[in-house]
Amino acid sequence: MNLIWVPLLPLLGTLIPLLLGRYPRSMLALGTAFLPAVALGIVIHLIPQVMAGDYPVVSFEWIPLLSLNISFFLDGLGLMFCLLILGIGLLVILYARYYLAEGDNAGRFYASLVLFMTAMLGVVLSANLIQLWFFWELTSISSFLLITFWSHKTEARKGARMALTITGAGGLALLAGLIMIGELVGSYDLQRVLASGRLIVENEYYPVILALVLAGAFTKSAQFPFHSWLPQAMAAPTPVSSYLHSATMVKAGIFLMARFYPVLSQTELWFAVVSLVGLTTLLVGAYTALFKHDLKGLLAYSTISHLGLITLLLGLDTQLAAIAAMFHVINHAVFKASLFMAAGIIDHESGSRDMRKLNGLFRYMPYTATLAMVAASSMAGVPLLNGFLSKEMLFAESLNQHTLGSLSWLTPLLVTVGGALAVAYSLRFVHDVFFNGDPIDLPKTPHEPPRYMRVPVEVLVVLCLLVGILPDLIVGDLLVAVGASLMPEGVPEFSISIWHGFNIPLLMSFLAVLGGVALYSQRRHMFAFQAQFAEVDAKYAFEQSVQRLVRGATRLQEFIDNGSFQRYTFWLILAVGVVLGVPLLELASAQGSIARSDVDLVSIGGALLLIVGSVATVMVSHKRLLALVTVSVVGLVVSMAFAWFSAPDLALTQLSVEVATIILFLLALYFLPQRITLNHLSPARIVRDLGLATVVGALVGTLTYAMLTRPVNSISEFFTINAKTGGGGTNVVNVILVDFRGFDTFGEITVLAIAAIGIFKLLAGIRMFAPSADMDGRAWSRDRHPVMLMQISQSLLPLALLVSAYIFLRGHNLPGGGFIAGLVTAVALIQQYIANGVVWMRERGDLNFQWFIVSGLLLAFLSGAGSWIFERPFLTSWFDYFYLPLVGKFELASAMAFDLGVYLTVIGATLSILANLGKLTTAERPTPGGQS
Amino acid sequence: MELIYATVVGVMVTCSVFLMLRGHTFAIVMGLTLMSYAVNLFLFASGGLALHKPAILGETENPTDPLPQALVLTAIVIGFAMTAFALILAIRARADLGNDQVDGRSAPTDSLATKDKEQREKPRATEKASGGKSR
Repeated sequence: MNLIWVPLLPLLGTLIPLLLGRYPRSMLALGTAFLPAVALGIVIHLIPQVMAGDYPVVSFEWIPLLSLNISFFLDGLGLMFCLLILGIGLLVILYARYYLAEGDNAGRFYASLVLFMTAMLGVVLSANLIQLWFFWELTSISSFLLITFWSHKTEARKGARMALTITGAGGLALLAGLIMIGELVGSYDLQRVLASGRLIVENEYYPVILALVLAGAFTKSAQFPFHSWLPQAMAAPTPVSSYLHSATMVKAGIFLMARFYPVLSQTELWFAVVSLVGLTTLLVGAYTALFKHDLKGLLAYSTISHLGLITLLLGLDTQLAAIAAMFHVINHAVFKASLFMAAGIIDHESGSRDMRKLNGLFRYMPYTATLAMVAASSMAGVPLLNGFLSKEMLFAESLNQHTLGSLSWLTPLLVTVGGALAVAYSLRFVHDVFFNGDPIDLPKTPHEPPRYMRVPVEVLVVLCLLVGILPDLIVGDLLVAVGASLMPEGVPEFSISIWHGFNIPLLMSFLAVLGGVALYSQRRHMFAFQAQFAEVDAKYAFEQSVQRLVRGATRLQEFIDNGSFQRYTFWLILAVGVVLGVPLLELASAQGSIARSDVDLVSIGGALLLIVGSVATVMVSHKRLLALVTVSVVGLVVSMAFAWFSAPDLALTQLSVEVATIILFLLALYFLPQRITLNHLSPARIVRDLGLATVVGALVGTLTYAMLTRPVNSISEFFTINAKTGGGGTNVVNVILVDFRGFDTFGEITVLAIAAIGIFKLLAGIRMFAPSADMDGRAWSRDRHPVMLMQISQSLLPLALLVSAYIFLRGHNLPGGGFIAGLVTAVALIQQYIANGVVWMRERGDLNFQWFIVSGLLLAFLSGAGSWIFERPFLTSWFDYFYLPLVGKFELASAMAFDLGVYLTVIGATLSILANLGKLTTAERPTPGGQS
Repeated sequence: MELIYATVVGVMVTCSVFLMLRGHTFAIVMGLTLMSYAVNLFLFASGGLALHKPAILGETENPTDPLPQALVLTAIVIGFAMTAFALILAIRARADLGNDQVDGRSAPTDSLATKDKEQREKPRATEKASGGKSR
């Protein structure tokens, strides 16, 4: 269980700097370093176990159904990266203690830095693909936070945005690739993926997977043509550049390629793409680095070049190339981190990073200069230093490879050119800054930094030397362990030593040094040549393309979203037509296997009424009252159709809803314009709308016909068989509603309640205008509550309530139930409102409809939740038969309580909708004589 | 019978779509109402058309499919809630915007409402307009 602490301790450590932010800097730095140091101790403690091939694993199930587990494992590759991340991380924490200015919020800085450390550890330790991706994106986000640390600087914000956009986009591609891998292998467990052998490579989607994964790796590791974000990220404080943008984060892409090396590489596609991209990046980076005047700019492009070198090594088809790549990961991290720190010291103590101003600093800071010169020599590949060894390996492997077929001879030549460029820019770094005359108007007089600011540089430079002189002793075993991760079939024998005798790689090294010196000595001509090209500011180009994208998106949005509801409706219905039409085109014929049934006169009559009613509604839609009449004709015939086609429940429901709807419309008419003038309808518009309407109507009609003439394979038989035995009722429709599909019904009454509450809210505080007369100037009738209506409706009320109680009670066995009974009750009560007015009703007890809704929902919920007491799932129903004298045998079912909940909700919702609107008419109506 | 049924559903959908494409709220609410009738008939048809075979056990030998009926029953009630909501929305829109156009652009004909709106807002000139946006 030790392993879980490695990512967990730094995660907890994120909080410490936030808490210690007010304390002195040294205490803050110590507090921040404590937990990562413990994590490093754990990793070191685990080294023997990993070396023995017994990889520590820790795993927790999270959402096993989605293959989402929290799992970590530590193999050789992860071990190497863990040591780099934690080791260099601790040095950077120490360095930053002296680097940050008094005014900087060091607590926030350290918190982001340790968060990044956690993310990076998560990437290299993850044993689950999705989890790996999560940490991958977390590195991008924490990197964003660190680049924008000095958020008052424009270039910091722009650089951070650019870095996040490019690496984030790569991350999305990576996610797609990882999901494809996971689905292909059938597991998101990394160890199972790595054990899948040639499965992925032989799959037809291999090129897609490879492209997606490499897109993630190349963007993160700043490979050409995605490299432009890295120099912009140099706007970050130098400790960040040193840690993220040279030693660790940019190596995440390399890590990814190494991680999937066993299952994705060893194909021609891999070799061609990876080696060519690596080679291009190597040359472009090295060439550009030569011309940078900014110290950090030079180092940034040099980093790009070295990342290209590592990528190239991963793309070479020789046995030792991958080992050499991993060796260079260590070497580059060590010398480049120290160089960045040295550059930071120079910036810190002299106030400038411009190499045209920085000259002859050796006199002012001889000690730092010596350290920087050793590290720069390592970067150039000078013997006795670690950089030399891995570069020699590159030269040797470039001679052995056959990656580019008959053009393979180009590779050794080009890497030698790259080597020469590296020597030239390293020479420039050393000579321009520390020698070459005197400083030119620097803001400060340079001097040596504080003692402990140099310690991290010293440690790294000593490592350069140690690895350079005793390579096998220091990193030999580690590289074997790393090799075991990359090549599970067996690591080839290799030994790293300083002296291999006089051979071609040595000659290439010699040529590179010679060429580099020659290039540097002729730098004046080269700068003159380079000056002919206009300098392209990557930041500017990026911002421009982002703005173009935004402009395009805005134009597109303005075209689609022009504020016209009519237009949206048109497109929506058109889309429905397309969705309906395409499958119908594929149907061979509308007529299915079932023969048509006979036609009777009643059906023809009903159909004619429906058609005439619908068409008439369209024709008279501008005459409101007439349109209401025609639409209610349609509604009534529909309810009759339900009755005719053996659906008594539906007929009852439709009928009572019809009454409620028409009353609602009548109330609403009062508030809507009295006369609708058809605003200018162009013929083209009518044709267009009519055309679309006809097409959609024809499609729906065809669909209906096709459906009616085909046999249905339905699950309904289950309901019919089990209604009596399982639900205790003979009205199958009602049993489905309150029992089998009770949960659906519960959802539906909730929707009803939400609609009613929404309407209540819409009507609250409304400023209605109330015309005192109609359009023709006729005043409203003064006879508001006719006596006849009052008398009849009052005597009807008990009768109606009785009917609704009857309908409710018999619902389980005969047509009826909560919905219908609720509607009947609601209509009966509404009738009282109409006949007697709101005031009269209020005098006789103000009904709180919201209370009805809430209690109905609560009852329905409780009747379902009751089954929890008996340890059954929600809404498990219960019923039994009882015998009472006089009454006889009767049935009690828990579904009855549920249905009562439905009943109450329906009453509450319907009344709330109608009465709330009705109250408005009362309040707003002009009141002759002062009565309400 | 099936042909007639399908034709009726098709005609109802045609009429409702045409109404829904109109510009004033009343026609759209009418269209919605017609559409919910048509959709209910369509859903109901998925259980087949049977005469005198209600889904009540013991009444007939071979009861019709009860499932679409259960679905349509709730659909009717929810359809009512939706129609009501749309209607109240139309009323609210008219109260706030002063017209009954779905695009919120004032129709020149609705002079009564405009006049009324002016009258109401004159005394409350200092008060903030109640959420009404002017386009």
